[in-house]
Amino acid sequence: MQILKNRHVTGWLQAAPLTLILLGFLVLPIITIVIVSFWRATEFSIIPAFSFENYEFLFGSAVTWKVFMATFRYAFITWVFTLSIGFTVAYYLAFHIRSQPVQIALFLLCTIPFWTSNIIRMISWIPFLGRNGIANQTLISWGVVDQPVEWLLYSDFSVILAFVHLYTLFMVVPIFNTMMRIDRSLIEAAYDNGASGWQTLVHVILPLCKPGIMIGTIFVVTLVMGDFITVRFMSGSQRANVGRLISNDISLLQYPSAAATAVVLLCTVLITIAILLRFVDIRKEL
Amino acid sequence: MAKVGYTRRSILKTGAAAAAASLAAPMVWSQESKNIVLRQFGTGVSNLNDVAQKVKEDLGFTLEMTALDSDAVTQRAATQPGSFDIADIEYWICKKVWPTGNLQAMDVSKIANYDKIVGIFKDGKLTPESTIAQGTAPHTVGFVEGQGSTTFADEQTNWMTLIPTIYNADTLGIRPDLIGRPIESWTELLNPEFKGKASILDISSIGIMDMAMVCEAMGEVQYGDKGNMTREEIDKTIAIFTEAKQNGQFRAFWKTFDESVNLMASGEVVIQSMWSPAITAVKSRGIPCVYQPLKEGYRSWGGGIGLSSSLSGMELDAAYEYINWYLSGWVGGYLMRQGYYSAVPETSKEFMTENEWGYWFEGKEATDVITSPTGDTLAQAGEVRDGGSFYERMGHVACWNSVMDENQYMVRKWNEFIAS
Repeated sequence: MQILKNRHVTGWLQAAPLTLILLGFLVLPIITIVIVSFWRATEFSIIPAFSFENYEFLFGSAVTWKVFMATFRYAFITWVFTLSIGFTVAYYLAFHIRSQPVQIALFLLCTIPFWTSNIIRMISWIPFLGRNGIANQTLISWGVVDQPVEWLLYSDFSVILAFVHLYTLFMVVPIFNTMMRIDRSLIEAAYDNGASGWQTLVHVILPLCKPGIMIGTIFVVTLVMGDFITVRFMSGSQRANVGRLISNDISLLQYPSAAATAVVLLCTVLITIAILLRFVDIRKEL
Repeated sequence: MAKVGYTRRSILKTGAAAAAASLAAPMVWSQESKNIVLRQFGTGVSNLNDVAQKVKEDLGFTLEMTALDSDAVTQRAATQPGSFDIADIEYWICKKVWPTGNLQAMDVSKIANYDKIVGIFKDGKLTPESTIAQGTAPHTVGFVEGQGSTTFADEQTNWMTLIPTIYNADTLGIRPDLIGRPIESWTELLNPEFKGKASILDISSIGIMDMAMVCEAMGEVQYGDKGNMTREEIDKTIAIFTEAKQNGQFRAFWKTFDESVNLMASGEVVIQSMWSPAITAVKSRGIPCVYQPLKEGYRSWGGGIGLSSSLSGMELDAAYEYINWYLSGWVGGYLMRQGYYSAVPETSKEFMTENEWGYWFEGKEATDVITSPTGDTLAQAGEVRDGGSFYERMGHVACWNSVMDENQYMVRKWNEFIAS
């Protein structure tokens, strides 16, 4: 019993469950993926070996670079839109709605679409945006266009639209959270010192929201970079991102090649997040 | 002493009786050989719950069905041999999976209707005069030398890899109402007239074949064997389609059955690679759709059932019983009424009406309404099947679905095509 009283032992014991879970379900699988990425595969079997073949092909192929660029592009554009929409929504909720019950009610309203499946929300865009879809029929009946607008569906436009639709909430929640914790007297002080509304926003609110923005950014960027199904459905399989390369490889039993791509993607995402964290020290600000 | 309602003894007795009642049933059951469960997986095409129900009725044992897409089927057969007893796969998948040793060869002498199986699956010839199409023709991967052999035999032996179940000839599907003129050749898929209104399937092994049919028809590429292309042929083929893609020829690519149906039914696409039941699905929504026979011929596929190498004893006997039942006609009739062909058409005939047999197999005018096994109307009296009779359709197969020696290269090229 004496040993349990030792605070070091207690500390270790308390940390053990999480450590074990992380080891078993995070670290171990990643190590496996890294190992497999050096293996070789034929049509029907996977050969344990140590070869750089998968990486050589990956870095040697122009497609890889193109697809990674496309992935970054999707992530960046989606980030710009989710941030501006998310920030606006959060700002409205936090500063324009005075009563707390209404605030909570409106916040819950934002989450209602998320009670349905991700896939359903995405696919429901397809009949809406299609050649004979509601959007085109409306535009034609208004006389805005004569011919159906083709780029509404199965294009980069529809992919990004779906991303923004799916992931804006991940921006709203953390930004709203940090905004609610801003000391209102700071804003009063800004006004008292003669700052305009815009100046208050840029010099007071925005800097204080940085941790929320950063958390939202990390959510959105990692979700978009790891996605494959949205790109497949919304582009009608016509566009590719890294996730699709991986899923194509897996479906063709090329596990080592898929693992290598996954490792490169993981490193890319980690580097991106590391860079993002240079801007804001989330732990300090929280 | 007053009697208590429940003595200790009576509780023990009822408890024991209850335990016996709940235990006894499975014990009695297991004494019969019918307490067998066979786990079958395969593509949605033939993994039908109706079949499982009929098996339970006719043979007594339970058949558990899992439907997957063809990539997932390949994956499972190759990597999870313990997860199934019966694999319902295509012949080209067999070529990929057989060398893993996850399937066991079947003793032909135990197959009652072997002699009645159509020639395509035995010597490759539909009729003695027919020529064998390119690609992974079923007979080339249909037999092995011995039970444990992992390489294929050149001719019929006593050991079969897959028992053929269904097959069909695929071509392009079109929306005649939106095209408004006859379509006769595979080249039309890349006709600029259908810019932004064409589609092709995004399953590389099948998609490349449809591409090859088009390129060959255009006279752009001459192939030694479309089912086994050289790197140069693959490059040329993909280049032609990449250019078309960049010019906006394709509206979308599809990977699953329902995607192909929706593309066609919504009018997003007017010409595309398609599967026979997808045409039926579009038609059943009241939208005109034709499975257009083309002068260059069909791209064909065949499926069969294979036995897991882990099957033995009573389960193996049950599996043979199942196979013999499968070929005895009921399933064949069921599938033929959906527009597929049975490997043993003779036995299926008994399970179809004369009208159905005439329409589906002989290519005759329907004398009455043709309905699917589930009751949907597929054709009215007086209509004729697209492409005509069995011999007319299966006799014009240009190529079988296949897996190439250069498959890995092709897959990478395919990825480039999708990403381009």
